[in-house]
Parts: sequence; structure tokens; C-alpha cells
Amino acid sequence: MNGGQDLGGMMGFGPISPESNEPVFHSRWEGRAFALNTAAGILGLFNLDMTRYSRESLPPAEYLSKSYYDIWISGLVRLLLDKHIISMAELSSAKSIDPSRANVAPLDADRVADAFGKRSDYTRSASTPARYAVGDVVRTKVMNPVTHTRLPRYARGKMGIIEAVIGCHVFPDSNAHGKGEDPNWCYTVVFDGKELWGEDSDPSLTVSINAWEPYLEHPGGGGRC
Amino acid sequence: MAHEHDDDHSELSEVACRVRAIETILTEKGYVDTAALDAIIETYETKIGPRNGARVVARAWTDVAFRQRLLADATEAVTEFGFEGRKSSHLVALENTPTQHNLVVCTLCSCYPHTLLGLPPVWYKSPPYRSRAVIDPRSVMSEFGLTLPATTNIRVWDSTAELRYIVIPLRPEGTEGWSEVELATLVTRDSMIGVGLPLTPIPGGFDT
Repeated sequence: MNGGQDLGGMMGFGPISPESNEPVFHSRWEGRAFALNTAAGILGLFNLDMTRYSRESLPPAEYLSKSYYDIWISGLVRLLLDKHIISMAELSSAKSIDPSRANVAPLDADRVADAFGKRSDYTRSASTPARYAVGDVVRTKVMNPVTHTRLPRYARGKMGIIEAVIGCHVFPDSNAHGKGEDPNWCYTVVFDGKELWGEDSDPSLTVSINAWEPYLEHPGGGGRC
Repeated sequence: MAHEHDDDHSELSEVACRVRAIETILTEKGYVDTAALDAIIETYETKIGPRNGARVVARAWTDVAFRQRLLADATEAVTEFGFEGRKSSHLVALENTPTQHNLVVCTLCSCYPHTLLGLPPVWYKSPPYRSRAVIDPRSVMSEFGLTLPATTNIRVWDSTAELRYIVIPLRPEGTEGWSEVELATLVTRDSMIGVGLPLTPIPGGFDT
């Protein structure tokens, strides 16, 4: 979706202002917010793409003015409500009212250690061969879904070159909406700076994204495949 | 944003209250133990961080065979370090060369190689960096004190899939004969994102 998260190429945000000796968390609640999000992921209450979509669904003015962990907790609340894991009444009273409880054992420290010991793997077996090969010229599609996508606006409708075939991966555009993993081939596509930003672009610049096959088409258009 | 209340005091910020409410509800419903949340926080506060990545870079500088393994399959290559923390699913090492400098950003969220660098700094997750890194990376780098020759190619990697990138910066001159441990002290977090270079060795050699 064309939300507040899709920031590439926007202007006017001012200096970057790195903080020296930055702590991992700036206050206790940031750590708890991070841990709650991580715990929800380990428990499998929702997948990573759902959490991203939930965060980017915040109105842009909110997304752009909240601190990052505030965005995370807002996204988490929205998902917990949507999935009926908590209720508005519970949220406003800050305690469990509804008798429904988890039908799984609570996440404890041992299971956290187990989960951290495993590698989450988003590769899946492919049902079709990759349509593109390294060196192929492709064009990213012009698309504006109201749903989740990992094709940023600045890289839509642009000519690029396939630099690597990464593998067949879970497709976020589907997975974010509970429509299954729909594995698709994923590629590294590299663009010339001028293709993305025009003649005034830094001539030494190239930018790459990771693009799933449904984001791409042959540059001539037409239905060739 | 900039001034958070200390939420251990009675006057909690609204967001701190909300976080506490969710923790209470999920604990009461039996989803999560408080100790599990403590364990997650402790892992990220004490066990993982940029020093992990620095060890990887230092080994890549000193061990040619490891460097080749790292560039071919970084996910597999870093397993020999036995790092803790949630594993990066697909790790890719990006080698800086005299003609190409790599810079990593996630314009859409905050993808970052947690296993090697810990949690990203606030600036990495914030609009000024995420918006500008892909369109004007040289101005971004200059804010970190890094100015590269106009002839150096700049390659920006927008992390849009579950690939996590770490930059392998050029080994600083004047470090011949340095050990892996000594070299790791020169590798900064910023140099592994691409907004900085490794530290310059102190004349006269390694000194601690």
C-alpha cells in the first residue's frame, strides 16, 4: 500500500542525527514493546508480513510522527484486536476480562532460547522454473495495491537488470493477508540511478531491490513469457 | 518522541501504559511469561551487537578461505561463530572494493542483520535516512563524516525481502600483521552499514 512506510525518495525530513553511544532501548517500555512483538512472532499469532502490513496501515501522519517502537506497539495492538486475542474493553481496563485464554502453553524463557537457536527460513520449493536469469533486462510493474507489497513506489515501472536469482521465497503480498505463502521466485534487481531519479541523479549511483517475480515483466511489455 | 518519560515513575507516558496493559493481558491469558520477555530483552541488550559483525569482518580480512565462503554464502559461513540471538534467515556479505562502496537501507521498514549487528539504531529506522539513502546517498554519508571520491561507484541495497546485508569494508592500511582480535576493534557498526569506514589504526600499532 502507498502508506507512510514507503519513504524512498521523499524529501524534507531534515538531518539524520545519529546519537553517540546509543542504548539498545531508550526506556523500559521500548524493550517491553520489542519483546512483546518478538514473543507474538515466536508464538505464531501472526506472521512477519502481517505485522508489517499492520504497521504501515497507520495513517501516514501518525506513522511519520511516532517513534519506531510506538509504531510497533500500535501495529501489535491492531493485530491483537483483529485476531480477537484481546478486546477493546481489556485494552482500556488494562486487564484480562474475557475468559478466553491461550490454548497453547505460555511462551517461557526456554522456548525463547529454542526459537533463537533456529533460523527462520523463507525459502520454499518451487513449482515452476525461474522465469528470469542473471543478466536479463526486466521492467518492474506499475502497480498500486491497497494491500501489502514490498515493491516500493520509487522502483515501480523502472527498467533494471537481474543481478541474482535469490530463490523461491514466501510472497509477502499474499502472506500478509492470510492468503497463503504463495511461494514465488525472488531476484535482486539493480537499477541505474538515472532510471530511478532522472538526469540529475548521481552518475555513480546504482540501487537494488529484492523483487518477486509477480513484480516483474519483460521490458517490451506485451504478454511474452 | 525525543523526550520519553521514565516509565518507572508514577507518571507513565501513554504509550508506556499501553505496552504495560498488553503485557498484563497477554500474561493473564497465558500467552507469555514475563520471564520470556526478560530473556528476549536480555539477549539483545547483552549477547548480540555489532561486535559480532566486527569479528566476521576481521576474519574476512585475515582468512582468505573464510572470505570466499562468506561471499559465497554468508548465512552458512557465520555459523562457525556460534552467535546467539534470533538467526538472520538469509545473510549476504557485500564486499567494498576500491571502485565500489556499498550502503544498506530498508526504505519500507527496518530490515537489519540482527545476528551480526544487534538492533538497528534509531536513525536507521527513521524517515531522514530511509528516504534519502536511495536518492542521495552521498549526502547521507557526508552527515556521518564520510566523503568518497566522485569516481567511486555507490551501490545502495534496499532490503525489501528477507535478505539481510552486511558490508565488508576495506581493510585499513597500516594493519599488516594485526591479529583478528586486534582488527575487530577497528570495525565500527557504521562501517558495516556503509555510512562509515573502519577506524584508522593508531600510529605505532595496536594499543590497549
